[in-house]
Amino acid sequence: MIKNYLSDIEGVSIYPIISLSIFFIFFVLLAIFVFKSDKKYITHMENLPFGDSERKGSKA
Amino acid sequence: MDINVTTDKSGESLEGFHYDNKIVKAFLIATVVFGIVGMLAGLTASIQLFFPAANFNLPYTTFGRMRPLHTNAVIFAFVGNGMFAGIYYSLQRLSKAPMFSKTLSWLHFWGWQLIIVAAAITLPLGLTTSKEYAELEWPIDIAIALVWVIFTANLIGTLIKRRERHMYVAIWFYLATAVTIALLHIVNSLAIPVTLFKSYTLFAGVQDALVQWWYGHNAVAFFLTTPILGLMYYFLPKAANRPVYSYKLSIIHFWSLIFIYIWAGPHHLLYTALPDWAQSLGVAFSIMLLAPSWGGMLNGLLTLRGAWDRVREDPVLKFFVVAVTAYGMATFEGPMLSLKNVNAISHYTDWTVAHVHVGALGWNGFMIFGMLYYLIPKMWKTKLYSTKLANAHFWIATLGILFYALPMYWAGFTQSLMWKEFDTDGFLAYPNFLETVTQILPMYVMRTIGGTMYLIGTFVMVYNLIKTAGNGVFQEEEYAEAAALKKKVKITGGHWHAILERKPVLFTVLSFVAVLIGGVVEFVPTWIVDSNVPTISSVQPYTPLELEGRDIYIKEGCNNCHSQMIRPFRSETERYGEYTKAGELVYDHPHLFGSKRTGPDLQREGGKYPNSWHYNHMLDPSSMSPGSIMPAYPWLFDNDVDTELIEDKLAAMQTLGVPYSDKEIENATSTMLEQAELISQDLAEGGIEVSEAKEIVALIAYLQRLGTDIKVNR
Repeated sequence: MIKNYLSDIEGVSIYPIISLSIFFIFFVLLAIFVFKSDKKYITHMENLPFGDSERKGSKA
Repeated sequence: MDINVTTDKSGESLEGFHYDNKIVKAFLIATVVFGIVGMLAGLTASIQLFFPAANFNLPYTTFGRMRPLHTNAVIFAFVGNGMFAGIYYSLQRLSKAPMFSKTLSWLHFWGWQLIIVAAAITLPLGLTTSKEYAELEWPIDIAIALVWVIFTANLIGTLIKRRERHMYVAIWFYLATAVTIALLHIVNSLAIPVTLFKSYTLFAGVQDALVQWWYGHNAVAFFLTTPILGLMYYFLPKAANRPVYSYKLSIIHFWSLIFIYIWAGPHHLLYTALPDWAQSLGVAFSIMLLAPSWGGMLNGLLTLRGAWDRVREDPVLKFFVVAVTAYGMATFEGPMLSLKNVNAISHYTDWTVAHVHVGALGWNGFMIFGMLYYLIPKMWKTKLYSTKLANAHFWIATLGILFYALPMYWAGFTQSLMWKEFDTDGFLAYPNFLETVTQILPMYVMRTIGGTMYLIGTFVMVYNLIKTAGNGVFQEEEYAEAAALKKKVKITGGHWHAILERKPVLFTVLSFVAVLIGGVVEFVPTWIVDSNVPTISSVQPYTPLELEGRDIYIKEGCNNCHSQMIRPFRSETERYGEYTKAGELVYDHPHLFGSKRTGPDLQREGGKYPNSWHYNHMLDPSSMSPGSIMPAYPWLFDNDVDTELIEDKLAAMQTLGVPYSDKEIENATSTMLEQAELISQDLAEGGIEVSEAKEIVALIAYLQRLGTDIKVNR
């Protein structure tokens, strides 16, 4: 007899749920930290591609 | 290295050092040279699709071998070298340090070029694993792994010796690229060698397809996207002379993108025999991927806010703007194509081809062109020779993309609708597959015109850049100075991400964990549960002759135009027969699902036509199917099957779990000859005289076996 369908693994639905939860928690924490981050630090970081001799300033 | 120590105003001592531009120049030249080679290969392949004789009647230049050559050249030689050039340039400046080791830099450069040359020789020879974008055989795979380790060591070494405490966002993308490509490449390349140039993948059937597309999709993600995003975060602000729109957004962009991307692979296998849960997982994450992708795109485009007037004048910015826009279009289209109902229409058609070329020509190509126009004047300390020519390149290439993509979309929609159309009596409206091909041939011609325009634009660029270089003097080394990074300075607190950016190794490990989670959750269920792929008792391993025929099928790259995966749609079961079951594929090392139907699906080809039909069809396809665009394969009628290897091949398969008995392996050669004689006798009855030793006989044996393991009464 031909099995037409692949039977699901028992409790397989837990896998996507775990993964979605991990990502969701990670994303929320990331967002909170990013929005609480120090402005001075952000200004320093975004100016890293520009050497001392080049433009260093804020966005117009 | 000479280090001058001076003191700046604050009393901090400054160290002088030199950035190495020579390695950047080498990679840039390789980018341009191999870019042209890759585009020429693509152009030749595209011409063959409406003019089959453009294969010069040679096996080496036939579509099935040219297409992998084109994809590999464009991905790994053109974009690969371009990415390395950009990384070597920006990494040094962002780290305020020269590369960790010049020896490693040059080992990386020459190693990578040797791999490309090896690919350019082996692929036309038909030495291929058949796995898309991973066609290279095992010795080259090992070389790739080694060179990649050299690159990664050089990257991390440079970061350890850096003089800037924080790692800019571009570097995170480089690090994620380095670790993830290593993981993808190693897992997907696991194989058992039979000879120096022949191996069988460890995985079979559905599992192999899952591993392959986990790799294939993430090759797009971590070879064609993340490193290029890194380049965008460096070169776009530099060219616009203003910082990135939102650094905060870039942090979210990076982590979400690498976390989500790794899951999306199964969207390449929708409606196939892959378990449903894996398909749904792939769809869900593909839809989510839209958010970080567009976050990155908007971050790039909005960097230019207030500076749009400069886009009118600066060719570098023009290229970047179209590149980022193309990235936005492709990453919107990608999640849409991952919806099962859209994929049901798009899969196996030229829609996919259009989609990837918006990415390759628009996003990758234009980012690299912009970078070249930025770097060459800079490193040669001069001005661009001709802005007019650069603008001409920009317009001809942009129009080229449109001329390429639009006909391909049109062809994709048309063909898919024709495949699915039923007449009022419930029969297929276009039962002959060929009708749906000849219908779209004008689109194939248009596509070649678009590709030609793009290539002409590239030649214009080469001329412009050579002239530019001629006007300036190449700065082999560029002097810079910066304060040394204070060792053992205790910095407590601060933003958590700031702490991460101070620790490159920890950062790399965490990126690796982020991508690993996706891989593990996707694979573990498939690997640990045997019942995941139900075995079908009537499914037997291939006979020695069929296995040999299958290897010829792989060698000729038949899977580049023919799928072996019938989806459970009425339009497909009517046309091809019963849809494919996972259990039928358990002995398929590798799987041969294919991803594009330039010709019909072959899953149920066995028994459909007599042996003589296949014989004549392979010798001259248009004799059996007038108007066919399939090339002729006359060499299969001259070459003898290599009987010496068959025992080793069966033994390798046995090691992989295919149930061949020792006796079967021992008698493989004689079994093979017996079956070949039967086919040759059958052909003789139809008046065709052919030696049983010829490759065509083995191929016919394989084609006649396809899909015959299960019989379905319908």
